[in-house]
Formats: sequence, C-alpha cells, structure tokens
Amino acid sequence: MQRITNIVVSSLLAISLLVFNGSSAVYAQEASIAAEKVDSTSAMEAEPTSEAGAEKTGKFNPSDIIKHHVGDAHNWEFFKLGDKEVGFNLPCIIYGPNGISIFSFGKIAEGESFDGYSVDHHTHKIVREDGATFYDISITKNVLSLLISAFLLIFIFLTIAKKYKSNPNTAPTGFQNALEPIILFVQDEIAKPMLGKKYMKFLPYLLTVFFFIWINNMLGLIPGGANLTGNTACTAVLAGITFLLIMFSSNKHYWRHIFAMPGVPIPVLIILTPVEILGIFIKPFALMLRLFANILSGHMIILTVVSLIFIFAEMNVGLGWGTAVFSMVFGVFMFCIELLVGFVQAYIFTILSALFIGEAVHEGHHEEAHH
Amino acid sequence: MLLLETIGMAGAGIGAGLAAIGAALGVGRIGGSALESIARQPEAADNIRTNMIIMAAFVEGVALLGVLTCMLIVFK
Repeated sequence: MQRITNIVVSSLLAISLLVFNGSSAVYAQEASIAAEKVDSTSAMEAEPTSEAGAEKTGKFNPSDIIKHHVGDAHNWEFFKLGDKEVGFNLPCIIYGPNGISIFSFGKIAEGESFDGYSVDHHTHKIVREDGATFYDISITKNVLSLLISAFLLIFIFLTIAKKYKSNPNTAPTGFQNALEPIILFVQDEIAKPMLGKKYMKFLPYLLTVFFFIWINNMLGLIPGGANLTGNTACTAVLAGITFLLIMFSSNKHYWRHIFAMPGVPIPVLIILTPVEILGIFIKPFALMLRLFANILSGHMIILTVVSLIFIFAEMNVGLGWGTAVFSMVFGVFMFCIELLVGFVQAYIFTILSALFIGEAVHEGHHEEAHH
Repeated sequence: MLLLETIGMAGAGIGAGLAAIGAALGVGRIGGSALESIARQPEAADNIRTNMIIMAAFVEGVALLGVLTCMLIVFK
C-alpha cells in the first residue's frame, strides 16, 4: 500500500511537472510575442546596451553561459568539444491548432521551422509563426532528468521493499544497509516528533519528498546534469503538493486556530486573523522559494567561480592560470558545501512539510474545556 | 539609459549583499543561542538542534526572498 502511494506520488510529480513546464512555456510564449512588437520599435535602444554587455567581456559572455547551464533546454548538452556540442536533441511534443506535433528538437534547432514551429533567436523559446497559442509539453532536459530520477527512486525502493518482504526480521544486506538508517532517521527525527500518533499516514509522502529532493540535488551537481530542483516549476509542484496535503488533512482545530485563535483578545485578533490567512499561502510559497534559491545559488556560485578563470584569462594569460588555481580549489570547496546543502535542503523541506501537516492534524489541548 | 541600467545593477548587487548580511546576523544569533543552551543542558542537545535548524530555515527563507528580488532585477 505504501509502495503504491510512493509510486502514485512520484508519477503525480512527473505529470504535474510536465504540465507546469508546458504552461510556463505558454505564458512565456505570449509574453515574448507581445515583447517582439515592442522590441522592433525599441531595437535601436536595445542594441547599444547588449553590445556594451558583449564588449565588456569580449567573446566570453558569462551570464549567457550561466543561464544556459542552470536553465531548461530542449536538448541535453553534456559538454563542448571545441565548437561541437556533445549531447542529444530531445523530442518536442507540442499541442497546437493542428493537433499534436511530435518531432525531434534537431529539426528546428538550427533556425528552420517545422510544422509551423521555430525557435526564436532572442529568447531561445519555441514560437509559432502565425502567433496562435499552443501548449508545449515537450520532454525537456528537466523533464528527462525528472523521469530518470523517478525511475531510479522507484527501482531502488522497490528492490529494498522486496528484500524486506522476502526476508522479514533478518539483518539488512547490501544497499538496505545504506538506506535503512536514513529511512529510520526520517521516521524518528522528522515524522514522529512532528506528526505524533498519525505519522504512518504521511510517512510515505515525507520519505518520497525527502529522497526525491536529495537525489535531484545530487544529480544536478554532476557536470552535465540538469538543474531540476533549482527550477521554480519543480519546487512549486512540491510545495503545492504539501499545500494540498495540508488542506485535505486539516481538521477543525486547525481552522479554529487560524480564524479565531483561542485565548486572544479581539483587538489583536483583528490583526492576527489576516496574517494567519496569509500565512496559509506564504508557508508553502516559502518552501518553494527556499529550495529553489538555495540550489540555484549554489550552482551559480560554482559556475561563476569557474567563469572567473575565463574572464581573467582574456585580460592576461598568466592571470588566467593563477585564477585557475584559486578557482579550482574554491570550486571543490563549493561542491562540498553543495553536497551538504543538497542534504540539508531536503531535510528542511521535509521537516517543515511535516511541521505544517502536524499543525493541521493536531488534535488540540482542550484546555478551555477543563475549567 | 546605460547609466540607469548600471545603477539598477549596482542596486541589485548592494541588495544581495545586504540580504546576505541579514541572513548571517540572523542565523548567527540562532546558532549562538543554540550553542549556549546546549552548553547549559547537554541532554537537550538533540531537541535544540532540531529547533535550531527549523528556525534557521525560516530566517534564511526571508533572506532568500531578498536575493530573489535582486536576481529578478539582474535578469530583467
């Protein structure tokens, strides 16, 4: 039963992420079509600033490179050998006015158009030539990374569950040894203290979210990996699922504490109730923002520190080598910190989710009734 | 236009730095009081550590809101 919940939650995450990716692409689409009309009139003004930006760093443009590395793309590029990219193109699945089009991104990557879709040069997003709305539910780099990590998680946990079922009450063997303390850690340090007696109902979700965030943080650190948890689409879905869990498992005590906190005088209540109502939405929003900003900033620091080498190398080759030594050391240090941050952010997301759910299912102290 | 844009960028940089100072002050206080209370009562160390991490997450969340605003300035 819990395994099934595990699978259901991970597939829900996968589907929601596809939808979110698509919808964000649509909104970006319409915004960029509107922007293009404005662009043509202010093209004269825009050119000097972009040229100045490019001239400041010569041929090396760090912000472009960083945006490329932490952003989503329709092709998965591992590295560049000279001028040639080593990677593969991913399928574009677009639902437009003439039905679903499925084609490899390579068909429109170089600038040609296929089925009425082409890539806009400035925003690097897929546009439609006649400006009609379409829904982009392609398999992008982030979606593929999500699917890979989901299958990895399902495979690992199904294997371990099978081992537990076939050899109950024996000592753990193999990979079980590594995961059992972590699972017990989530159960004893996160689920039981926060959720009290009802922890079993929410333990599958907490375990899923903990391992999902942790494994995606780790995969994002691999050079050539996809930055999934540093993307607002993914963290928004995770926070949204926590929000839905809170809403659907809340009881009367929770709502009473929000709208009319007992034991509080009326003048304070007038200020407190709107704040509490806002808090219902701000807490999951903060969950999303915390995870996204921590992981994204970690990746950007490492990329910036490495870009520093090339920026300085353009001025002076010797300076470039010196910076390379410093940057490599600092980069390794930052990678170690990122490993820690990956675990800590997964832990914090899980424990705060457990805390909020625990608040929602808390039975209350019944102090007023005992006078 | 270029001057205004540069001033905007500089503002974003200063903002991010101030957010970092805020986060450091907040988390430093939390860590300091947590260490003090662990020193006073070592048996409660686990409890204190859990609460410290939760509080640090909240404080850092607010600081990251500031960093997000600065990132929006730079990338728009």
